Amino acid sequence: MPYLTGGYPTPAETVALIEALVQGGAGAIEVGVPFSDPLADGPTVQRANTAALLAGATLGGILAAVAELRRRGMTVPITLMGYLNPFLAYHPAGAARPDGALGGIAALAHDGAAAGVDGLIIVDLPPEESDAVRVALAAEEMSLIYLLAPTSTEARIQAVAERAAGFVYLVSVTGVTGARTELPPDLIDFVGRVRAAIELPLAVGFGISDAAQVATVGELCEAAVVGSAVISTVEQAPPGQRVASLRHFAEVMTGRGREQDA
Amino acid sequence: MTTEAAPAGRFGEFGGQYIPETLMPACTELEQAWAEAQTDAGFQAELDELLREYVGRPTPLTDAPRLTEQLGGPRILLKREDLAHTGAHKINNAIGQVLLAKRMGKRRIIAETGAGQHGVATATACARFGLECIVYMGAEDVRRQSLNVFRMRLMGAEVRPVDSGSRTLKDAINETIRDWVTNVRDTHYVIGSVIGPHPYPMIVRDLQAVIGREARSQCLEKVGKLPNVAIACVGGGSNAIGLFHAFIDDPVRLIGVEAAGEGLEGRNAATLTLGRPGVLHGTRTYLLQDDAGQIEEAHSISAGLDYPGVGPEHAWLKVSERAEYVSVDDDEALAGFRLLSEAEGIVPALEPSHAIAYLKRLAPGLPADDVILLGLSGRGDKDIDIVREALAARGVEL
Repeated sequence: MPYLTGGYPTPAETVALIEALVQGGAGAIEVGVPFSDPLADGPTVQRANTAALLAGATLGGILAAVAELRRRGMTVPITLMGYLNPFLAYHPAGAARPDGALGGIAALAHDGAAAGVDGLIIVDLPPEESDAVRVALAAEEMSLIYLLAPTSTEARIQAVAERAAGFVYLVSVTGVTGARTELPPDLIDFVGRVRAAIELPLAVGFGISDAAQVATVGELCEAAVVGSAVISTVEQAPPGQRVASLRHFAEVMTGRGREQDA
Repeated sequence: MTTEAAPAGRFGEFGGQYIPETLMPACTELEQAWAEAQTDAGFQAELDELLREYVGRPTPLTDAPRLTEQLGGPRILLKREDLAHTGAHKINNAIGQVLLAKRMGKRRIIAETGAGQHGVATATACARFGLECIVYMGAEDVRRQSLNVFRMRLMGAEVRPVDSGSRTLKDAINETIRDWVTNVRDTHYVIGSVIGPHPYPMIVRDLQAVIGREARSQCLEKVGKLPNVAIACVGGGSNAIGLFHAFIDDPVRLIGVEAAGEGLEGRNAATLTLGRPGVLHGTRTYLLQDDAGQIEEAHSISAGLDYPGVGPEHAWLKVSERAEYVSVDDDEALAGFRLLSEAEGIVPALEPSHAIAYLKRLAPGLPADDVILLGLSGRGDKDIDIVREALAARGVEL
């Protein structure tokens, strides 16, 4: 499952880049909602957030991109991943700015569902603070995707088990997003602890950057999230080659490239 | 009225714990450790002794007779946090949190700093206890506050300049949280103000409340009554909460002074005056943010007030109308800096210079038998170069 910051490198390219990822074999998509202060992200995703905001990316624009992808027939699950404040501030163009503790979450649930968004991953919304948001999303049949970390206690895993829908996102390491050369040694144990309590599909993310890591994680759980490596691929692609580079990258990551080479 | 943090760390609708899952167990552990430490007589005795014999508490309550006379209003009393060890109130919090971290078995200490006062205080406490200390500081602030950078390094701390975003306090906090999320198992994050996720706004408030406790009894002893007004500057708001807390249930007017920077129409840091509620750095509070919820860059001549958020308890004190929040711009703050220097021979930091400046608007309208208690949160040595440059830019040569 690839992660790409919405609106990166420019809002005009988002639809084509996500299509390239799915054509390359991605079975689900995470679209990042850029934020000025991405405090759980490493340098690569920070750069993408800053560049997307400078290029004029907005949450409304990202919803429009998702709607366009659905109009073109894309059926894979699409979740938005971001930080709480831009979600709270959401309001449709021309509508009044939201107030109240839930801000624009209800409007976002409505417009997100209409666009074809399946769920939200909110990095800075732990279970303790999540219930009102989860209920508002569920009213529009959208899922709030919960995160668990290697530091999560059994009680916290249980709290997520009681609330989660869609899938659960396992943060593979204590740390920020970004490519790492090795998977953490305690990943098998961590996945096992979560499996014992949660029956939903599990996605593992943070630090996964090559096909071998994707394959290893694929044996442990249902999805491997690759983010910084996706952004690096876009950053390093020659001008005019971003779509082709990203499609090739997805093919390599999903193993589809090997099949075609053979 | 009470502003105790609710079980979930709420001050009214503000506060909370909006942080990545990775950090939640650490916040729970910290909350438990703080609760245990507060009922541990040994911990309290050690903290009290440190405050007395290392920090130099109680700090004096000083009459400001010439300032009082010049402003032509109430008697003005200064709570002298500038005389605490390291030159500002920040040490009250840093020494307490580092003592707590030691008790929790954490060997590595990280902190953010804006003006450098909190970084210096944390480096000081770490030197005192022999703990590793890493301080994140916006690259712009490293430039503005080179004296404090050197002080931190002198005491063995590592200062890491932060080049992202506005290269000031907000970005230093982001980078410190990134370090914390990476090293959470052996690292304690000493947050420098009443901000961040629960339990930090409560812990920092509890540690800074010594300012108001002392000032309250000193005022009763000196004047025979409570002050009519307690006033302090507000960036994140730790010195103001520390001063206000002892007076929450008293008939004392509480005034927080924010930095209006270049003015309320221009770049500023007047979060409670101009901001809207939102979520940043783990807490729900007032923020300077745009229509899409992106955080705006704050600006103030004083690096310590240069923050686009504010402590959630201040947000609650504003909404519940228990405290008033006003703002003072860079020019007025510079005038306040000079006013106290000339009138009393006390060179204040630029941060409390904002509160001093507001006295010029406040005092002339109040009765002469009233008493104003002003939180003088730090001394101005660190700001001498900035003030000299700013005055020169305004055509003033001393």
